[in-house]
Amino acid sequence: MNATPNATTTIVRHSGAYALDNYLTSGQGVKSWLLTTDHKRIGILYLWTILVFFLIAAVAAALMRIELLTPAGDLVTSETYNKLFTIHGVLMVWFFLIPSIPTVLGNFVIPMMIGARDVAFPRLNLFSWYLFVAAGALALWSLIHGGVDTGWTFYTPYSTTYANSHVISMAAGIFVAGFSSIITGINFIVTIHKMRAPGLRWFRLPLFIWALYATSLILVLATPVLAITLALMSVERLWGVGIFDPKLGGDPILFQHLFWFYSHPAVYIMILPGMGVISELITCFSRKRVFGYAWVGCSSMAIAVLGFVVWGHHMFVSSQSIYAGMIFSLLSFLVAVPSGIKVFNWTATLYKGSITFQTPMLYALGFIGLFTIGGLTGLCVATLAVDVHVHDTYFVIAHFHYIMVGGMVMAFMGGLHYWWPKITGRLYPEFWGKLAAMITFIGFNLTFFPQFLLGYLGMPRRYHAYPPEFQMLNVLSSAGASILGVGYMLPLIYFLWSLKRGRVAGPNPWRATGLEWQTGSPPPVHNFEGTPIVTASPYMYDAEADRELHMANA
Amino acid sequence: MNAIATAVVAEQFDDIEQQHSAAKLGMWIFLATEVMFFGGLFLAYTVYRFTYGHVFALASRHLDDVFGGVNTAVLLFSSLLMALAVRAAELGRRKQLVRLLLATALFGVLFMTIKAFEYRKDFVEHLVPRFDFRWDGPDAANAELFFWIYFALTGLHAIHVTVGIALILVLALLASAGKFSQNFMPVEITGLYWHFVDIVWVFLFPLLYLAGHR
Amino acid sequence: MTTSPPKLYWKTFVALAVLLAITWSVSYVDLGSFNLIFALGIAVAKAILIMLFFMHIRGSSRLLHFVAAAGVLWLLILLSLVLGDYMTR
Repeated sequence: MNATPNATTTIVRHSGAYALDNYLTSGQGVKSWLLTTDHKRIGILYLWTILVFFLIAAVAAALMRIELLTPAGDLVTSETYNKLFTIHGVLMVWFFLIPSIPTVLGNFVIPMMIGARDVAFPRLNLFSWYLFVAAGALALWSLIHGGVDTGWTFYTPYSTTYANSHVISMAAGIFVAGFSSIITGINFIVTIHKMRAPGLRWFRLPLFIWALYATSLILVLATPVLAITLALMSVERLWGVGIFDPKLGGDPILFQHLFWFYSHPAVYIMILPGMGVISELITCFSRKRVFGYAWVGCSSMAIAVLGFVVWGHHMFVSSQSIYAGMIFSLLSFLVAVPSGIKVFNWTATLYKGSITFQTPMLYALGFIGLFTIGGLTGLCVATLAVDVHVHDTYFVIAHFHYIMVGGMVMAFMGGLHYWWPKITGRLYPEFWGKLAAMITFIGFNLTFFPQFLLGYLGMPRRYHAYPPEFQMLNVLSSAGASILGVGYMLPLIYFLWSLKRGRVAGPNPWRATGLEWQTGSPPPVHNFEGTPIVTASPYMYDAEADRELHMANA
Repeated sequence: MNAIATAVVAEQFDDIEQQHSAAKLGMWIFLATEVMFFGGLFLAYTVYRFTYGHVFALASRHLDDVFGGVNTAVLLFSSLLMALAVRAAELGRRKQLVRLLLATALFGVLFMTIKAFEYRKDFVEHLVPRFDFRWDGPDAANAELFFWIYFALTGLHAIHVTVGIALILVLALLASAGKFSQNFMPVEITGLYWHFVDIVWVFLFPLLYLAGHR
Repeated sequence: MTTSPPKLYWKTFVALAVLLAITWSVSYVDLGSFNLIFALGIAVAKAILIMLFFMHIRGSSRLLHFVAAAGVLWLLILLSLVLGDYMTR
């Protein structure tokens, strides 16, 4: 069997090699960007936008970690601290994590991976970015006018009755961001159904596509529930009448049901795309076909669906019925099965692979380890009795940061490095890349592992002061955060540097098999010179043939 | 493929058929989203009807079922007109299409007018929460809860009807300019939206107006 | 051809109007908790008629059937699990 990457695809080219004109050079000036309907440019617009929100939210986190260096609440007041963790949570969840991989990497590579010229609804795609910017402006307006102190969860009756901060503008921002998400979700689902290249059957799709399909399913079915919930909460705050108001016999627990019906699946909006990226990276850098392709693909769908029936595990101590708690606990354990399938299959893919430790691979390996820790501690907090002990403590904080930062951000960074040469046509500096990946890994663990211990020992979340005996672990955590900060700043610098000075990448620097690598870097406006025809499964890597090819070329 | 047919196919699609099925799928997914959007309010209704069933039945009887029933018929008929309009669009009958679209919008406006009179009556009878709400008998707070859900559900539905009317009027305008001779899909997917709004009302009518037998 | 002959639409409308008349008049009879079940049953029947004939789900691809079913199924997930909580408190 011919094992060169091109063997999986045939591209009908009109004439000659790749066109000189690519999507970056085909139009110049601000207007050509702000009015673009090119999925690749929209991906880059999103990248800049979420970077802004990431930096603001990171500053909030840094201030919190500085405050927590000492047991006394001395740097900021408790009110300011409340606003800090709220803005950190709101911006990181809705304005960084949820859009990160889908809108940046997803927008950029989905159409290319399936051999399409663009997404199904390019103008809607641009519209969703404008909605996102408008949403971000509302959130920033709220922040500038004093911020919100309810926590990212907006629990009633605090948010509706007692909070003296800019709850409504922040909720409005999230409401609008939700519609941006929904449009992206609809666009992706339709694109994946209707725009695949000839021969690209469902079980020939890259696993990244499966993951984003599952993500879009959640975006589309969960987000509207959040929208209506926040709308009801805002109306209740404005006019003092609403369905969560105990004065009318309303039930604040209903708010929590509605909120978590969205926000638990939202966790899978955040992690599933990361899993998709990891499947791409693991196969490419171990030069092997993925172990159990169908299982990995279908487990994404299973996680998306099961993710909808576990939300009650956030409410074990909320006075929800004990029987509901038992059911939700049991269902939560079920999510571990497809998650486990993924981890085992990635590990099996590595087995006897021809592994190279380039930067994306370092992030991918980091992801597997950190996600496993985050997932296993997830089982701890899904257990009714254990949750009573660790609920609202730093144990929970550590658990979900292992999933979201250790999982999703690692995957996002891995994916960004992996596709950077495709996006810009230039390679990032490998040495600095590896260094940043390792600094991030060390910094991350130093930041968040102590928080498991803190939480288990009983330190509650959302307080700016704590008993002196917790200081040692808090200092460790803050020190780790500063290292983590360096790990995030480095890529920012060398990515910008590489735009002008990075080595020219060529179409396929990783010798990867995906369709997106069968076209120029940066790709032409319509992605391919002709319509690709797919004739085989994805990930047709063959380490032996790679070596021969390498020798022949050398 | 001839030049006229290619002119209406957007550049990301291979042919008009792909474009049609993509648009239709997109609209159906959006409608699933809408189901969940209304779903939050339906959940609130369900939970509180389960908890305060008796008060909800009493409160429901204060709503005028003539308004609700007639409005159901009005919306159902407008749906029929919309379905016929889609057919006219597919057959390329421009004049008939414009007339049917205008008639659909007219019945939408009729629905909103009836609704406005009903809201006015609710206001006069002190059934609007927070605006001099009055309730004879026990559990006034829970009755207020019912009316709040009633206004939230019908209000959200009314917003959807208004959007629908606007869309249909734009379609009528474009249709009279002969826009849909090649591609009737905009009419079809707007029709899907309009029928969905109808379906929501089909559930609102019994849940809100017929909750307690009369 | 996506659409159907006008006669079918008119028949659908008449069926819907008859169902409306039934559900409205039955609400004047006390059936206990069956009032609700009956009213919901008729509403579901009306919704199905509208989807089948007005929205052309009949004759559409299986994919659209799935999408329509997913919307309903997810609403049922939301309702049933939350109601499960309230019923067992």
